[in-house]
Amino acid sequence: MTPLAQLLEAALFSAARPLTVEELSTLDHDATLADVRVALEQIREHYDFEQHGVELVEMAGGYQVLTRPIHAAAIERAQFSVRAPKLTAAALETLAVIAYRQPVGRAEIEEIRGVSAGGVLRSLQERGLIEVVGRSEALGRPLLYGTAPMFLELLGLRDLADLPRAEELTIALQPHRPEPDGTDDAAAYVEAES
Amino acid sequence: MTLTEAPTTALGAGPGFVVELDAYSGPLDLLLHLLREEQLEISDIPIARIADQFLHAIHELGLNQAADYLDMASRLVRLKAQMLLPRRSEEDGWEDPRAELVRRLLEYQQIREIAVWMGRTAERRAEQFVRGYLPPPPELPPPPLTLDLLEMLQAVERVIVAIPSPVLHRVVARPLDVEGATRRLEAMLDQREEFSWLEALGPRPTIVEVLSTLLALLELAKRGLVRLAQTSPFSPMVIARDSARSAA
Repeated sequence: MTPLAQLLEAALFSAARPLTVEELSTLDHDATLADVRVALEQIREHYDFEQHGVELVEMAGGYQVLTRPIHAAAIERAQFSVRAPKLTAAALETLAVIAYRQPVGRAEIEEIRGVSAGGVLRSLQERGLIEVVGRSEALGRPLLYGTAPMFLELLGLRDLADLPRAEELTIALQPHRPEPDGTDDAAAYVEAES
Repeated sequence: MTLTEAPTTALGAGPGFVVELDAYSGPLDLLLHLLREEQLEISDIPIARIADQFLHAIHELGLNQAADYLDMASRLVRLKAQMLLPRRSEEDGWEDPRAELVRRLLEYQQIREIAVWMGRTAERRAEQFVRGYLPPPPELPPPPLTLDLLEMLQAVERVIVAIPSPVLHRVVARPLDVEGATRRLEAMLDQREEFSWLEALGPRPTIVEVLSTLLALLELAKRGLVRLAQTSPFSPMVIARDSARSAA
């Protein structure tokens, strides 16, 4: 590996969060952003080619060295580290609404999910996954929420564009208009009653 | 699907009514579940049947007090009534009262699908660990004290010094020595015809001496042995032998 790649590897090892290319470029004043990207690619190839137990992952706008998934169970058994607790369905649904509708207020989240969202919003905020990004101009100037960088780290996404796009989802959003002369369910109900 | 966190629904001004719920994350979820169970199209919901099933389900699940579920139940019942209203099927401009519910269900279904994807993605991500980082513990208790006897005694000394000493007044009875002053004044009168008050007091008199001297002078004046005179207000008092009396 080049001296720059070694320097970057040391920095990535020392950091407990993803480091951006811009941040990494401050390590060596002679290094351009392109140099840093080349060196990062070198580190990644080195880890992959030599079959290291760690890999270089691009995530949340930066780069971080992570252990490979195949070792997760053993590491956890030895209690050197533990997986982050799973998010509840309520938390995931709320995150999904915020990720796709941000900036979004509590009322809209509750309307979409059909349940009150106060407790979930608070716990997501405490976990640093969402943040208040502003206030709506609507009556009462309600708070607007958006995803925080930690959200990308949670999912291991590079940025929000890594989220599946609506048209990639299996469910079509186009509701079929009911046939005007189709079977009326009210009529069916009356029949069933009689 | 398993939920570890129960949806919370506040009822009234109480501390909050908590629904212990393992199966559904809300009324829309329950509704979708009922539709799936019956293999029904979201776009053409037999409202009457679904409304009854929904009411039955929330009753079975003990959710019939949860506001979010009750809200949905009332919407369904209203829809059911609207669908029962007579209309001619070829009537133009008939707005399907179910349209809003259908839109919400489809929207919610999409959110559910994204949530499932996110859950899977987060689980995959959780298989990879970052380098161990221990955030500093929030608040450590102070370390146990280690000190020797000398330090302990010095500390005690500092504490004792810091204690303000009480202000004590010792009241000592100091009787006035009028007789002594009288003898002294008589001796002075034997020597001199006249002298001033300050001379009578002598250098640096104590308060007791001043009072004793004053009382002795008054006594002598009363007995007619001296004359006390002041040439002007606040001027020094002049003490003179009352020669007429003493001669007598």
